[in-house]
Amino acid sequence: MMLKSFWIALGLAVLAVPALAQQPLRIEITEGVVEPLPFAVPQFEAETAGSEQVAADIAQLVREDLSGTGLFRAIPASAFISGVDSFAAPVAYADWRAINAQALVTGAVAVNGNQLIVKFRLYDVFSGAELGDGLQFAGTVDGWRRMGHKVADAVYSRITGEQGYFDSRVVFVAESGPKDNRLKRLAIMDYDGQNVQYLTDSAAIVLAPRFSPTGDRVLYTSYETGFPRINVLDVASVGRQQLTTQQGEMAFSPRFSRDGRQVVYSLANGGNTDLFITDLATGTHTQLTSAPSIETAPSFSPDGSQIVFESDRSGTQQLYIMPVTGGEPRRISFGDGRYGSPVWSPRGDMIAFTKQNAGRFHIGVMRTDGSEERLLSASQLDESPTWSPNGRVIMFTRETLGADGGPSLYSVDITGRNLQQVPVAGFASDAAWGPLQP
Amino acid sequence: MNKFFTAAVLVGAMGLSACTNPDRFGGAGGADGTAGGGGLTGPSTVDTTGLGGAGDPTSPQFFQQSVGDRVLFAVDQSTLTPEAQTILRGQATWLMTNSDYLAVIEGHADEQGTREYNVALGARRANAVREFLVSQGVPSTRIRTISYGKERPTATCADESCYSQNRRAVTVISIGTLG
Repeated sequence: MMLKSFWIALGLAVLAVPALAQQPLRIEITEGVVEPLPFAVPQFEAETAGSEQVAADIAQLVREDLSGTGLFRAIPASAFISGVDSFAAPVAYADWRAINAQALVTGAVAVNGNQLIVKFRLYDVFSGAELGDGLQFAGTVDGWRRMGHKVADAVYSRITGEQGYFDSRVVFVAESGPKDNRLKRLAIMDYDGQNVQYLTDSAAIVLAPRFSPTGDRVLYTSYETGFPRINVLDVASVGRQQLTTQQGEMAFSPRFSRDGRQVVYSLANGGNTDLFITDLATGTHTQLTSAPSIETAPSFSPDGSQIVFESDRSGTQQLYIMPVTGGEPRRISFGDGRYGSPVWSPRGDMIAFTKQNAGRFHIGVMRTDGSEERLLSASQLDESPTWSPNGRVIMFTRETLGADGGPSLYSVDITGRNLQQVPVAGFASDAAWGPLQP
Repeated sequence: MNKFFTAAVLVGAMGLSACTNPDRFGGAGGADGTAGGGGLTGPSTVDTTGLGGAGDPTSPQFFQQSVGDRVLFAVDQSTLTPEAQTILRGQATWLMTNSDYLAVIEGHADEQGTREYNVALGARRANAVREFLVSQGVPSTRIRTISYGKERPTATCADESCYSQNRRAVTVISIGTLG
């Protein structure tokens, strides 16, 4: 019952509810202005001596994760009437109602050697009741950020009714050096730009990494042989090998199917670029398109039955959908300008894309039939969208131009709100957002 | 005086060396700043065979500077202009005269496009050059193509004066085997 009262109807137009204290807690997310839900995360209790700092760090990370969505607003501790001295003590609801905290997250942290245990409870302040049961996560001290993300994911999920996306990783291309001799290497990081680790050196150009569905492998294009080829990299061992594709002069733009068993990619031969699928288990290669035009940037539908891609068969880059079994592609983009780099949403209902029009670049989304096109960003060079695992946020590359310019990663809600730069040191491009970690 | 002259020649040779292959990277000389360690400042990296090479019609320098190693394209196009065809006829003649040389044609795009599309567009441009050279009599077995998309601009400003230089196909010649 309480859970239902907390439900947020994300992305749906819902009748506005007057903000009365007696009303069940809910957030209305519509095309209009959204008032973020005020929440409080008082200091987590340190249950063991010396765990005060990590307790404070985890509580702060929960605040940052939730506030970073734009759906929630952390009430500063300076406004608190009372703290929460003990995780086990009864909640003083009146003190939290008085400062209009609608959700309260309490927690406790214990450190034993390198083991870290984090407990939390979530309260619906105005209903005066706990929302869901308390949860405990056990991990390592080194992995404290993951524990904080797990708490935030659980809070997000309970309040919105949707899966979170904080305990997830992003693979991307880290760039350095001058624009006319840019060095590129694969890197992986947490969704919030922390814990950057490099997966390759910068000896050869690497492009557009793509996660496998479980996040254990990464496909990318590498020039290490001197020519563009597709590599598969094992994230845990950082071992890599070349994917055996259909023979061709250049292989690039790979992407896994949602079961991780197939790879769709582009192959260029004699100046013509077409789409192919390679089955990883059988080694079978299937040619999907055979037009004299450019067919590239393919992406599977979540059910694996269709592929969205870009083609200039009409004269300019446009988006098309076709069955994986072959057949006539159906054009879905008809607006002004050019459309490229389409990515099917995890929910299956939307396509994210890059649009070029009148000298500007945009990241946008549309339904799979091409309707309800909505542009989420605009700049001199935006491209390469990737979906958060819950399909609510898109990360993309924004590049500043000129000799000193370079790419950075940004994220934006699919409603077009909450545009923010992902804090990564140095230049970064071609992000691919991985799944929520188990 | 003598010292000055030597220094001037060295600088000139280094200049040539740096220009011989503006689109290459990662090999000897180290595009990777951590690996190269300023190799160009040491005399050991000066290619003495390059001295005065531009005057030798069989030299790679002559190919680059006098024949012309690159052709430019219009926005989103891979059609060879009359100017490009003139340069490529010269390249074909040179390649047929200097039959030891192999050619890798590098196709490039400006940054005003998405990454994957630009790789495909660069492949188109490189292939247009290859087909023209083959039509002029260069054996196709001596030619390979590669696309760098928008990954290796040669000019870095953000207007057409640079973009027009970046929409190019560069014929890179070498003696050896096609990898």
